[in-house]
Amino acid sequence: MRRSVSIAVLTATLLLGVGTITTGTKNVLASAQQKAETTEVKIDNFSFGPATLTVPVGTTVTWTNRDDIPHTVVSTDGVFKSKVLDTDEKFSFTFSKAGTYPYFCSIHPKMTGKVVVQ
Amino acid sequence: MSGGVLKSYSLSRLPELSAKDAMGELSFVQISDSHMGFNKPANPDVAGTLKAAVDKINALSAAPEFMLHTGDISHLSKPEEFDTVDQILKGAKPQEVFYVPGEHDVLNDDGKQFLERYGKGSKGAGWHSFDKKGTHFIGLVNVMNLKAGGLGTLGHDQLEWLEDDVKHLKHSTPIVVFAHIPLWSVYPEWGWGTEDSAQALAYLKKFGSVTVLNGHIHQVMQKVEGNVTFHTACSTAFPQPQPGKADSPGPMKVPAEQLKSVLGITDVNYVQGQHALAVVDSTLA
Repeated sequence: MRRSVSIAVLTATLLLGVGTITTGTKNVLASAQQKAETTEVKIDNFSFGPATLTVPVGTTVTWTNRDDIPHTVVSTDGVFKSKVLDTDEKFSFTFSKAGTYPYFCSIHPKMTGKVVVQ
Repeated sequence: MSGGVLKSYSLSRLPELSAKDAMGELSFVQISDSHMGFNKPANPDVAGTLKAAVDKINALSAAPEFMLHTGDISHLSKPEEFDTVDQILKGAKPQEVFYVPGEHDVLNDDGKQFLERYGKGSKGAGWHSFDKKGTHFIGLVNVMNLKAGGLGTLGHDQLEWLEDDVKHLKHSTPIVVFAHIPLWSVYPEWGWGTEDSAQALAYLKKFGSVTVLNGHIHQVMQKVEGNVTFHTACSTAFPQPQPGKADSPGPMKVPAEQLKSVLGITDVNYVQGQHALAVVDSTLA
């Protein structure tokens, strides 16, 4: 009796799990269609590439760390600040106002870049 | 110490010297850049190489009195990374360890965790000083509040503290300063230097013997400037390229059999009366 109860609980959990995954996928697809534009900056060899990125207002910029060493993406003016990004980790920020946004890696401050939002 | 110039000799010469000559009045070890948590091809086993460093320390003919860790204890400031290092260092004969943080130890929390673990009795972001057998040791922190495009920074508060800390010391007191990022301009293009180190060194000008021990650049470099001897230690985790010899200062992958020859520890012996301070680097090979 006890055994069949736990199987029932397990089945319910699995179904719930499948349900969540399906919903999650739908959400991701929906938001990708709504977003204006996504642009990527690669962190490679202790530099941001491209070092200067020009994008329209509303763009989401995603930084990906491709180095063997952790880096951060920190706005010089305090507008955005990533957690530390280990290898292959990403950070995204959506620029909703026009302007120039200089940023740097707070661990290796010689690494600098900027996003120009028009 | 003769004319401000320090003598340093290789471990292979140690057997030629008597134990007392070799160890001097005060002997301690500097370890640096453990980067616990790093697991990339440049060294997939940083715990193993840190243990090898501890074995090296325990094999010294006379046990050093204490250890200095010049930062980057962890790779990502994770509690388990610090725990692992603490556990491995418990196996070393010298049980007393003095730490300064590297930039990898203060990620995400402005160094709060570092202070909780290692900052007992320290000021500000972890700077502190202590005396051992007549030598004055000063641990400085130059990895906080780094500015875009800049180098390591000590900051106004720490410099004021330093000025006050050394004000009443006799000029003959030997001084040992330790900090993570080099306090001399090794290679500013890669950020290997400290913006306001000149001010710190100005406060130490009056002393006859100043030794500056740093890490950060994962290789041995030495320089003598007047009464000040600068020295950087090897990492126990992975080597970095010589200044300007690569596109970036990223980890350098060497053949596995060569790895231990580019990692190491620094054994420092202060010999009072004979005026010689021996800084001996030994690789893990």
